[in-house]
Amino acid sequence: MTRLKSPAALERARKQILSQRDSQRPCVAICTGTGCQSYGCNKVYTAFVNELANTGLQGKVDIRQTGCPGFCERGTIVVITPEEICYLRVKPEDVPEIVSTTLVGKRLVDRLLYEDSNGKKIAYEGDIPFYKRQMRIVLGNNRLLDPKSIDDYIALGGYSALAKALFKMSPEQVLEEVKRANLRGRGGGGFPAGTKWETTRNAPGTTKYVIVNADEGDPGAFMDRALLEGNPHCILEGLIIGAYAIGSHEGYVYVRQEYPMATENVSIAIGQAREYGLLGKGILGSGFNFDVTVHRGAGAFVSGESSALMTALEGMVGEPRPKYIHTAVSGVRGQPSNLNNVETWANVPLIVNKGSKWFTSIGTAGSKGTKIFALVGKVNNTGLVEVPMGMTLREIIYDIGGGLRQGKKFKAVQTGGPSGGCIPESLLDLPVDFDELTKVGSMMGSGGMIVMDEDNCMVDIARYFTSFLGDESCGKCVSCRVGIGQMIKILDRICQGKGQRGDIELLEELCEVVRDVSLCALGKTAPNPVLSTIRYFRDEYEAHIEQKRCPAGVCKALVSYYIKPDKCQGCQICLRDCPVEAITGGKGLVHIIDQNKCTRCGTCLEVCPSRFAAVARLSGEPVPAAPPLGTKVVRQKGKQ
Amino acid sequence: METKRGKRSRPNCVSTSVSDNPELPASKVYHRQETNRQVVQEPGRTQEIVDKYGADKTDLIQILLDIQREKRWLSGDDLMYVSEKLDVPLSQVYRVATFYTAFSLIPQGRHHVLVCMGTACHVRGSPRLLDLVINALKIKPGETSLDQKFTLSTVNCLGCCALGPVLQVDSQYHGNPSAGEVKKIVAGCD
Repeated sequence: MTRLKSPAALERARKQILSQRDSQRPCVAICTGTGCQSYGCNKVYTAFVNELANTGLQGKVDIRQTGCPGFCERGTIVVITPEEICYLRVKPEDVPEIVSTTLVGKRLVDRLLYEDSNGKKIAYEGDIPFYKRQMRIVLGNNRLLDPKSIDDYIALGGYSALAKALFKMSPEQVLEEVKRANLRGRGGGGFPAGTKWETTRNAPGTTKYVIVNADEGDPGAFMDRALLEGNPHCILEGLIIGAYAIGSHEGYVYVRQEYPMATENVSIAIGQAREYGLLGKGILGSGFNFDVTVHRGAGAFVSGESSALMTALEGMVGEPRPKYIHTAVSGVRGQPSNLNNVETWANVPLIVNKGSKWFTSIGTAGSKGTKIFALVGKVNNTGLVEVPMGMTLREIIYDIGGGLRQGKKFKAVQTGGPSGGCIPESLLDLPVDFDELTKVGSMMGSGGMIVMDEDNCMVDIARYFTSFLGDESCGKCVSCRVGIGQMIKILDRICQGKGQRGDIELLEELCEVVRDVSLCALGKTAPNPVLSTIRYFRDEYEAHIEQKRCPAGVCKALVSYYIKPDKCQGCQICLRDCPVEAITGGKGLVHIIDQNKCTRCGTCLEVCPSRFAAVARLSGEPVPAAPPLGTKVVRQKGKQ
Repeated sequence: METKRGKRSRPNCVSTSVSDNPELPASKVYHRQETNRQVVQEPGRTQEIVDKYGADKTDLIQILLDIQREKRWLSGDDLMYVSEKLDVPLSQVYRVATFYTAFSLIPQGRHHVLVCMGTACHVRGSPRLLDLVINALKIKPGETSLDQKFTLSTVNCLGCCALGPVLQVDSQYHGNPSAGEVKKIVAGCD
């Protein structure tokens, strides 16, 4: 392909690509995102290639390796177009049947279809409840294109927004459009992107930088990864448009090194865009020059903060600095630098193409557009969901997520990453947007949504997040370094059953200091997990402190396992599986746990056959005395 | 957990002898002399990597990442070479190498075993998975087995939360493996 030297050339190229493709020709789209990789999607792909060759369908059916469509729970996902038949949990051994039944025989393979709670099979992707309630304007293209092919992106109308911006709009008009769309930063802060762009544009400086923040450090969030892996060109297109509006000629994509596939795909995309004249000098024949470098982050949560990220870009230790002067004015090498999250950039081409009016028609008064959430934890349909702002938590968790696993009771949903908060059941009807979440003591963050059930201990969750933040604190501010350390100590002692009266109040006081005195968002928001769990689950803290009891049975120091002598059938399963050999007994003899040896791992409870249910988890009560060694089991009725 | 702070307290290329510390099992700790004997130094590769980046100061992290990937650790010689070539003080190179979790100042095993301790994995039982892996490998997070076969570390999120708890061995991801599967995965590494 030669360089595209005008918008007309881009349009010609698009038509040429489309003319070589037959929209009615069957295409097998296989998800090759990281989630499906673990299910072995590469083997499924190879199986399809071989099977098509064996059946002589080679050349008559397309195969496409696509990015993540979001339904990671049911990988490997295979979608057959044009009918959009969606097969879930596909294994290599299913491939011959799919080829012979669906591609040749034009019939469905029932056992691979989605089955709803009433046992009804659903064949088409759009009808599956998980997808049906979503509004996939950003994520939707992931399953339609091969991320390693710029032609696929151009065929879908890619880079047309760039052509429109460069030739039909002035930089000011682009800026105005983004401002009118009220696009707020998807990385967590929710700061209006247009305002940030304007600051950088108006700041004095010879060189200006635009940066994609793909240092997705929030545990439990992976939408940026899915976008970078699945549709890197849409992020590049957004970035180039932003650079044009701001007047920047140099850009960076900062990716975590933990995301090797994202780094690879975005690097390939940059190479292809250069080849097509969409990056470099005189983009699309206009006078606008712009190029991008990929920078890998070396693993530090705090480096996702804007000022820290920029020092990391300079090859130094990524620590935040006071932002009396914003990075938009003085960032990389002291020059004005505009940093936005992956998802924010991905929204830009849509706004330019469809207009701010269309964009503002979606969402709530203060938060426009859609947001991608990583719906994970104890929910049935885990994966990425893109919904309009303002959808309630209940709709997201129950209608899209399909409710909780194994019919357990909902306890809380944690949003906003480690610095977010836990939201209890009473607030499930809360419409999700930037402002509403902040009001209840949590935040939007990058969009992680972790569902917890009755088996999760909220004190343990608070301790988990606090120790995460303690590890990741760069140590620059005393309040954060020492304050979080003390919070961990207190939480640890509560979890170990050594909590004292007054600990809750002490925690609250500490939280206030850490929040008020720390420099960057890490310290300022670090108390959120503790404060929100105290606010909504104070009774759990009190149970730990007063009764030395962990209601969820999670805190190891407060639980013990006990084998009920009347139920034990002497089957030796737990005895064999105990990793520390703490269980004594023999065939037909009642098993006994040596409480001194037991590490409270819970394996015995897990492996004890449910028809016996002989192992009990006790908390807050003494362990009953064990029967003497060698006691014979009491056989249950109907058993040998 | 292999954190910045945890790593600073670990023995590394600074030649303080840690084996005198009775609390640390000597078998799992490397001396500087020992590591130099075991790992063949290839200054040529370091040179190639630095040259590839054109000896630009701002590429310090990228250069160190490449050396780390190639050699599975950053030796004192590598750090000194990079410092000299990029004209960055050794103290600063050292600071970068100890700040980020991706770098290691002791040789890493041939197989890198990562257990994700992210939130989604935590609520679905990653502490238990970690116990299983520790049991199977007989090393703790941050440690390398004496035969240099395995390095075990924990990571804060691998970004495939829907599968949790996740175990990553080299470039292979395993979602929610059982005790038996963990043993099989470990046994499958050569």
